[in-house]
Amino acid sequence: MLLDVHGLKKGFPGSERQITVLDGVSLSLDAGEVVALTGESGSGKSTLLHIIAGLEPTDDGSVLFDGEDVCCMDDGGRAALRRSSIGIVFQQFNLIPSLNVRQNLVFHARLAGRAASVDLPALAASLGLADHLEKFPEDLSGGEQQRVAIGRAVASEPKLVMADEPTGNLDESTGQAVFDLLLALARRTGAALLIATHSMHLAKAADRRLHLSHGRLTE
Amino acid sequence: MIGTVLTALLSHWRRRPFQLATLLLGLSLATALWSGVQAINAEARKSYAEAASILGGGLSELVRTDGGVIPVKTYAALRKAGWLVSPLVDGWLSAEGGRVRLLGMDPFTIPQGTGIAAAVDPSLYPELIGTNGKLLANPATATRLPELKDRLRVIEDLTPNMVLADITTAQELLNLAGFSRLFLAPNQPLLRPGLASVAPKLAIKPPATANDLGRLTDSFHLNLTAFGLLSFAVGLAIVHGTVGLAFEQRRPVLRTLRALGVSARRIVLCLIAELLTLALVAGALGIVVGYLMATALLPDVAATLRGLYGATVNDALTLSPLWWLGGVGIACVGTAVAAANGLWRVARMPPLAPARPRAWIMASDRAMRWQAGGAAVCLAGALGAATVGGGLVSGFVLVGGFLTAAALFLPMILSSLIALMARWSSGPIGQWFWADTRQQLPGLSLALMALLLALAANVGVGTMVASFRATFAGWLDQRLVSDLYVTVEDEADIPALMAFLEDRSDAVLPIWHVDAEVMGAPAEIYGVVDHPIYAANWPLLSALPDTWRQLAAGTGALVNEQLARREEMSLGDRLPLPGGWTATVIGIYSDYGNPLGQVVLPLDALTRHYPDVDRSDFGILVPEQNRETLTAALTEEFGLPEDRITDQGAIKEFSLSVFERTFAVTAALNFLTLAVAGVAILTSLLTLASMRLPQLAPAWALGLTRTTLGKLEFIRALVLAALTFTFALPVGLVLAWMLLAIINVEAFGWRLPMHLFPLDWAVLGALSLGAAGLASIWPAYQLAKRPAADLNRVFSHER
Amino acid sequence: MNARALLPLLFCITHSLAMAQGLSELGQTSEGYALPDPATRFTFPDDHGSHPEFRIEWWYVTANLKDAEGTDYGIQWTLFRIALSPNGEPDDQMWMGHAAVSTPAGHLFSERLARGGIGQARVTAAPFEAFIDEWRLAGPDLATVSVTAQSHEFRYDLDLSSNGPFVPQGEHGFSVKSFVGQASHYYSQPFYSASGTLTLPEGEVHVTGRAWLDREWSSQPLAPDQTGWDWVSLHLSGGEKLMVYRLRDLARGAYVVGTWIAADGLPEPLRVGSLEMTPVEWAEVAGQQLPVVWDIVHEARGIAIRAEAIYPQSWMGTEISYWEGPVRASGSHSGEGYLEMSGY
Repeated sequence: MLLDVHGLKKGFPGSERQITVLDGVSLSLDAGEVVALTGESGSGKSTLLHIIAGLEPTDDGSVLFDGEDVCCMDDGGRAALRRSSIGIVFQQFNLIPSLNVRQNLVFHARLAGRAASVDLPALAASLGLADHLEKFPEDLSGGEQQRVAIGRAVASEPKLVMADEPTGNLDESTGQAVFDLLLALARRTGAALLIATHSMHLAKAADRRLHLSHGRLTE
Repeated sequence: MIGTVLTALLSHWRRRPFQLATLLLGLSLATALWSGVQAINAEARKSYAEAASILGGGLSELVRTDGGVIPVKTYAALRKAGWLVSPLVDGWLSAEGGRVRLLGMDPFTIPQGTGIAAAVDPSLYPELIGTNGKLLANPATATRLPELKDRLRVIEDLTPNMVLADITTAQELLNLAGFSRLFLAPNQPLLRPGLASVAPKLAIKPPATANDLGRLTDSFHLNLTAFGLLSFAVGLAIVHGTVGLAFEQRRPVLRTLRALGVSARRIVLCLIAELLTLALVAGALGIVVGYLMATALLPDVAATLRGLYGATVNDALTLSPLWWLGGVGIACVGTAVAAANGLWRVARMPPLAPARPRAWIMASDRAMRWQAGGAAVCLAGALGAATVGGGLVSGFVLVGGFLTAAALFLPMILSSLIALMARWSSGPIGQWFWADTRQQLPGLSLALMALLLALAANVGVGTMVASFRATFAGWLDQRLVSDLYVTVEDEADIPALMAFLEDRSDAVLPIWHVDAEVMGAPAEIYGVVDHPIYAANWPLLSALPDTWRQLAAGTGALVNEQLARREEMSLGDRLPLPGGWTATVIGIYSDYGNPLGQVVLPLDALTRHYPDVDRSDFGILVPEQNRETLTAALTEEFGLPEDRITDQGAIKEFSLSVFERTFAVTAALNFLTLAVAGVAILTSLLTLASMRLPQLAPAWALGLTRTTLGKLEFIRALVLAALTFTFALPVGLVLAWMLLAIINVEAFGWRLPMHLFPLDWAVLGALSLGAAGLASIWPAYQLAKRPAADLNRVFSHER
Repeated sequence: MNARALLPLLFCITHSLAMAQGLSELGQTSEGYALPDPATRFTFPDDHGSHPEFRIEWWYVTANLKDAEGTDYGIQWTLFRIALSPNGEPDDQMWMGHAAVSTPAGHLFSERLARGGIGQARVTAAPFEAFIDEWRLAGPDLATVSVTAQSHEFRYDLDLSSNGPFVPQGEHGFSVKSFVGQASHYYSQPFYSASGTLTLPEGEVHVTGRAWLDREWSSQPLAPDQTGWDWVSLHLSGGEKLMVYRLRDLARGAYVVGTWIAADGLPEPLRVGSLEMTPVEWAEVAGQQLPVVWDIVHEARGIAIRAEAIYPQSWMGTEISYWEGPVRASGSHSGEGYLEMSGY
């Protein structure tokens, strides 16, 4: 088992009382498995992903990644985990604006020390970015930017790719194309994929679907 | 991995070269002004130390208690009694570009370990001794003494502005019959009688130190240092703004880096490495500029210190490696101070914190209230220092606290003024303009504070200098009562001179004096004859109705303002004088430009109490039209060398030139500070311009053309500068008052009346508007030429 | 006191013109100065005073002293006059004083320099006074004087009175210094008895003994080959006195002459060739080997004396340095005296 999440709880201080976002969430993920996480906007999908990536602390529960508890790691340990084993695709792409496409694509791999094994021409071709390598993010369309972000995530050969509403900023057809690409690349590299989306249509392509509602997870 | 992170961080600057240039400019300007001033101070201090070691060499000295010359007989008597002393002749030679110090020493008895013994290679002694003994000087000093060319022996590394010779040679050149003082050798023989039984008029003086001169010149250097600090602070304001903004703009990148697995600690380390690199580059640039600045200013500083304090200071810089390191060091410290806040925030930032560069730059109302609170604290501290403390340092604390308070108050004051304007303005454009100006204010406030400081310093120092100049010139007119001044070579010539001048002039006024210690500090004691011209011309600050009559009757003494203030003396007080007698203070006169205390006695009293007075100087009253004839007669018929006759005009010109030089440095630093403030405004405006599209786009969408928007931007800069100037004016005038009434009194011992120079303010006002206008032209032009698509994008990107 | 610097001016120091020759760079500038004349006869007291028409001159006192326990002490008091120009003006004279005490605990010395004409150093013939600073040799006349000198470490105050005449050295006071004729005017007063006090780091010591005064003046440099000088003066047990000097000459060997002074003060010159002065034992002094035991032989007079330094470390570390200290004499005659060695 690659990922074993157990009994996660997370709340935020609200204007009147504590708002509970996650209320005892448990889930597990095998290597290479593709899982869609659905739910309404604000249902806590992002929070769950952030906690799994060690970007946010949890109030209670545990996240075992490859048998190690993410919640017990220090900042350095969590950073090392993200660097070497997790690729993240954000809704807002989060490219580095001052680096060009080529540099952005290999950036995570370089951080993980795996830049040497990146076949950049093949990756760029599979992303449809072969002609855009020298461009800067601000010169790209939203779909193109998100493909760079996907490329960056998979190029570092992570065990797990997490995508948080990767199509949220894209129109429908572009979103579909980006989603297909993400799925194809995940399958090709053998990485597990946890993808948060509010689109049931996209979720259908996953091996398994989980639905987050009122802080609880249902199949 | 650090390399990868650094590429990502540094690529920011590649995409924003202007921001990088601003940062480097601010940092190197701050470093340049700071290290330039430090270089000047260091050079001066080094020269003082050199001079002190030459003059004293750490040995005690025997001096005449009444300041007179020590007769050779007294010296011989001391030696014969077993006192191992070595004579020194100390005086000044007039030279091109100001006087030069002449030291005569005795190669036979000079104790080893004295500065002079160390400075003169013993193999030169034979050349010094004898009727045509050589004079030693360094090359620069030698060229200033063309008349002594044949007798000069040039020694490369001798102290500047100093000539060394055998005592006999020095006595001959200075027309001196005895010795100025005697070095006391460290190892004295077993048996010797007490000093009082051999030389009752002599006293032992502890070794001279660099501090003696340091104390006199402290105020001057403090002044320079204050300016250096002010400029440094203004420069740091730029750095703080730029670094903070760069951090804020890169917040998304930092967040992405965190998400991609870079720890916060590593990011901070990388940012520190980045800043350190920038600081090193800017520091290196800054010290080069600082060196050039110091090189340009030093000759004036050296001339000032020579003229005003008799300090010998090198004209050229010789800086130690420590200074260069110090310059780079201060750049690093400055960067650290300016970036500490930003770094702290990055270190504590949660990985997913959103970036809000605009919010960051627009300090909230709460921050403004904090600033006002800080201002109140500064003001209280300043006033506290002024009332509790005393002395020069608390004077500077007062000035510093006051200026800081004014700067901190500025945003609040400007905000209120703008609110007031907004209420008065009608029409939608006017309202939008004022509202938008007020919204921009926080982003510009650091730059405007810098401008305020520069303007206030300019008004304050300018008013002080101009007041000083006006008072000084008027005072010189009065004080230089005689028309011609002559110096006789031999006191035996005096009767002949008197007889010669009897029919040729209206009066001959002896200007005889001794240098002595009065109430524990070096002072000059002058004697004057009874002549109505003194009563008519001599500027008295406080006097009795019959001061001059009393002085004519041979009683009482006048003291200069410095001495009166230092010893807290007023009319009627008894003034203890060297030789163990006292005189009643019957008048206090202003004596600008003189670092020493001064006493004026009736001539009879002077010669009675101090028989060894220097009697060689005389003033001559002669009608203007006869002045040239008399000068010619004195040289041709009486045989007085031309260089021993000076007319009033020449003295006045010399004094004023010393004065102008004194403040040339101040003026230069003043201008530089203003220039730095201008740069601060420019950089702030350009920074803001890049973030202002969301504010401007709606105005554009509602029908304002881009040209109008550009014009409004330009006007806004002018309005803010004008408002800042309006506030700076009263601040500057208060500063001027503090400088004249507190700092000057503490530093120099005289208080100057304050004169106002509205024309200067007008010029300065125009200058500040010009600086702001100039700084805003480029951003305004850019806005006017901005493609419509850029503005459109604001709407499409709105999130 | 930076006398090293003044060396070029000094031309000469100590008893020995040879030493001055070695040190001086102004070897040939006797021009303008008076020259020693064999026809000159001394007139006293005038000749006790200074002779500024000559370039160099000295007043040189040495004394062999003993305290109540019989411990040996020696003192030296020297005043040199060096003319800076031949015009004879007081302003153009330079003065130098050397003083020393030799004691069982060590050799202490001091040095003073002064320019002339300002009252810091001077010699007057009658009443006699020679001084530099507080160092003084003075009395109603030179036959009865007190002598004093001090430094921060030592001091001495001695009364000297002579019971014999002033003795001309060489031929009626014309003392030849080399094979080629350089000479000086030279007389001595070897008949002083001395008593007084030494103030030493160990305390005050009352001493008595015998003293010897040398007076010499000249203008001539020595022959270029002469490198140094050994001089000895002896008080012998029969009341006779012996003075011998040896000028070391690179080319011609040593130039050794002397004077035998009978107990009544009658001098007899001991001429070149008749006299030998030979180093016997050497000791390390101030980092170099110096002969501290000498044999003096004059066969015709039956003199075969060994003179032995009492305190071999009597080194004058003054700017111009040399060895000067008391000696003990044994052999054909016994006695005591002073030895000076320069130019090593």
